[in-house]
Amino acid sequence: MEEYIVFMRLDLITKDAQPSPEQMQVYMKQYQDWVGGIAALNKFAGGKGLSTEGKVVTYGDVVTDGPFVELKESIAGFIIIKAESLEEATELASACPILKGPGNSVEVRKISQVHPN
Amino acid sequence: MHSAELIPHLFRTEYRKIVSVLCRRFGFQKIEVTEDIASDTFLTAVQSWGIEGTPPNPAGWLYQVAKNKAKNHLHRHAILEEKILPEIKSEMHSDENEIDLSPQNISDSQLQMMFAVCHPAVSTESQIGLALRILCGFGIEEIADAFQTNKDTINKRLLRAKEKLRAKKIAIELPATTEIEARLEPVLTTIYLLFNEGYYSISKNKNLRKELCLEAMRLCTMLIENEPTNKPQVNALLSLMCFHASRFDARMNEQDELVIYEEQDTALWNVDLISKGGYFLQRSASGNTLSRYHLEAGIAYWHTQKADSAEKWKGILQNYDLLLQIRYSPVAALNRTYALSKVYGNETAIREAERLGLTENHFYYLLLGELYKEIDPKQALENLEKAFALAKTETETQAIRKKIATISHLH
Repeated sequence: MEEYIVFMRLDLITKDAQPSPEQMQVYMKQYQDWVGGIAALNKFAGGKGLSTEGKVVTYGDVVTDGPFVELKESIAGFIIIKAESLEEATELASACPILKGPGNSVEVRKISQVHPN
Repeated sequence: MHSAELIPHLFRTEYRKIVSVLCRRFGFQKIEVTEDIASDTFLTAVQSWGIEGTPPNPAGWLYQVAKNKAKNHLHRHAILEEKILPEIKSEMHSDENEIDLSPQNISDSQLQMMFAVCHPAVSTESQIGLALRILCGFGIEEIADAFQTNKDTINKRLLRAKEKLRAKKIAIELPATTEIEARLEPVLTTIYLLFNEGYYSISKNKNLRKELCLEAMRLCTMLIENEPTNKPQVNALLSLMCFHASRFDARMNEQDELVIYEEQDTALWNVDLISKGGYFLQRSASGNTLSRYHLEAGIAYWHTQKADSAEKWKGILQNYDLLLQIRYSPVAALNRTYALSKVYGNETAIREAERLGLTENHFYYLLLGELYKEIDPKQALENLEKAFALAKTETETQAIRKKIATISHLH
């Protein structure tokens, strides 16, 4: 069993694309139900949601506000899952409820060990 | 209360206090001596109360007798003590013969004993055994009954556990504030296992089972009454146990058979315990801790609402979603899938259930049988047959047979 990271990308800048608090609640429930389904298979290994607050540092010490200056697809969070193959990981990731929104995406990457545990 | 009923009752509540206080005073090295003194005290009570009648303050009487016996012991072993005294003298209080049985010292000693017994050096099974013996005053036979094993096994297990605690020189003290969170973990696990032992045990002795549950709740209450251990997860655990215990009388019929949730008479649910559960659940909602006990208490709360509602099942599903992220277990995975069927329908639940692949588990096939019941009775029956083949107890096979009969009858 290998570990895969699933990055969730959403539009966090366009004002109209932002959910109302009520919608947000519904989305969070759907999100937890999706993660719960992966956890029920004993394939959930961790995850974090990310705040929209952030900075970007680029070449030449240029610091800009927000992690998503020109991108409509900012990383909103990630989870780490256990899977036998990239195909299985992708299949689990493809049920992510953010994919119901046009323009949103998930990126599945196999984790390779470069840091000591 | 007549002394014949009073003494077993007092044994349950006072034995641990005497053992804890004496053990704290003499150290773990002398745990057997303290247990002997405590048992001896009750023996004296049986003999003397039978003739002279129950004293006005029975607990106080027990403390006095225990104190005297402890002093005699110290006196008798004076020579022996002298040899080892230099070593332990520094740890002793000013008056070496003073045995402090004040309420404060009793409560402190019990708490410290709880942490000593649930020390990570001891295996979980032994922790529960020791907790039952030392903290709950259970007889070896009762412990053997609760574990469905014999007295020999239990005696050996307890002996090994005590040896371990002595060898590791485990001190009878409260952990430092910085360690409390981590050390609480096994204490709470032991309390919860103790509770489950009573709640789900296959032992036929209903009174014993109820007593186990009440003892677990008593120990948890002690942690709540002590400020440094009054943590959110401790309140959540007590809340959870209150909610479960509220159904204790409803889930057993006169013949001591299990009554399933759907068929329980809600009039037998204990409303006091339900509201107590609600109170501690509220108190558990402080700080940032979200423990398994919070989530399990949340699920248990929803089960105190008998009527089905969309809100109820959504709530249960969310709690299972989070619980599985903290702590996977096949039972939680199966229960989550059942909740999923209530929220998203059976088709969705069947799809997710079939991926669980818990093919060794009869509850897995029971769940599939339940989910297929309406959609595909033939599939339902096939799954129930598999569940039947894997079921472990008579009660389970009976229940499955009943389900099979109902479905075959309908179609």
